[in-house]
Amino acid sequence: MVKRVRVRSLMPPGHVRAPAYLRGKTGVIERSLGAFGNPEQLAYGLPAEKKPLYRVRFTMAELWGDRAERPADTLDAEIYGHWLEEVPDHAP
Amino acid sequence: MPHDHHDHDHDHDHHHHGLSPSGHPYRQDDDAPLTYWQRMEIAVRELLIEKGVTTAAEIASQIDLMDSRSPANGAAVVARAWADPAFKSRLLDNAGDASREMGFDIGPLHLIAVENTADTHNLIVCTLCSCYPRNLLGLPPDWYKTRAYRSRAVREPRAVLAEFGLDLPDSTTIRVHDSTADMRYIVLPARPDGTEGLSEAELAALVTRDCMIGTGLPRLPQTVATPG
Repeated sequence: MVKRVRVRSLMPPGHVRAPAYLRGKTGVIERSLGAFGNPEQLAYGLPAEKKPLYRVRFTMAELWGDRAERPADTLDAEIYGHWLEEVPDHAP
Repeated sequence: MPHDHHDHDHDHDHHHHGLSPSGHPYRQDDDAPLTYWQRMEIAVRELLIEKGVTTAAEIASQIDLMDSRSPANGAAVVARAWADPAFKSRLLDNAGDASREMGFDIGPLHLIAVENTADTHNLIVCTLCSCYPRNLLGLPPDWYKTRAYRSRAVREPRAVLAEFGLDLPDSTTIRVHDSTADMRYIVLPARPDGTEGLSEAELAALVTRDCMIGTGLPRLPQTVATPG
């Protein structure tokens, strides 16, 4: 089953690798990539926890609305699990 | 004026102000002060050498190793995938391991190959910085690191591709890949028609750097000069 996820709408200070243009946007898990050291700790030379990393696929319609060149084109990005929240399939 | 050519009795008619004798413009000396990060790099490098952690020769040899990597490595991988369906399936499963299998020293690179098909075209970008599969393809082109490419590739990929001379029909789905974390990407372009009889080396000659980023297509066989 396709798993729908939303990138958390957080704006924390410091080094993060969830791009701002994807925050709050909903996509589907394209594939799981395994666990990688959390860059939010690695960037400061701190011991890093392993965090699950996913490729999430968004439609251009979801990202840019009416301004998308072609709504069904897609964008895939790697997002760490702690930046994702599950979206129920039949959300109100 | 430091030097008046008209005082000389031999012919200097071809000299122009601001140009070297061979006709090239003089470039200004790079007299800007070091940036913060340039100073940091020098300080860390000198400390590592002083403390015996590394040597200047080791650093120079790593720079040589990076300079020896080029898009030709990726072209060989693509050509092998075109020629060998079993290799192609391994490449799409784990492009890093498939590249290592061919003998390329790509270190710990995590590589994903994305395949162009009759109705799908892939484009690679790193919006956050300039992530690029350097350990396979060498250093990225300067335009790949510009804010213009990084911001526009995700927002208007079709307009960007048109500027690279690639007008894709509306029936083609574009998939943009933003290298935001630990993976690096290479596009596996579709094998051009009319290449059935070509050897792997001849196929590799059709594969450009840009077609592995997604901003180009492979050359067509007739456009490659035949060695005399």
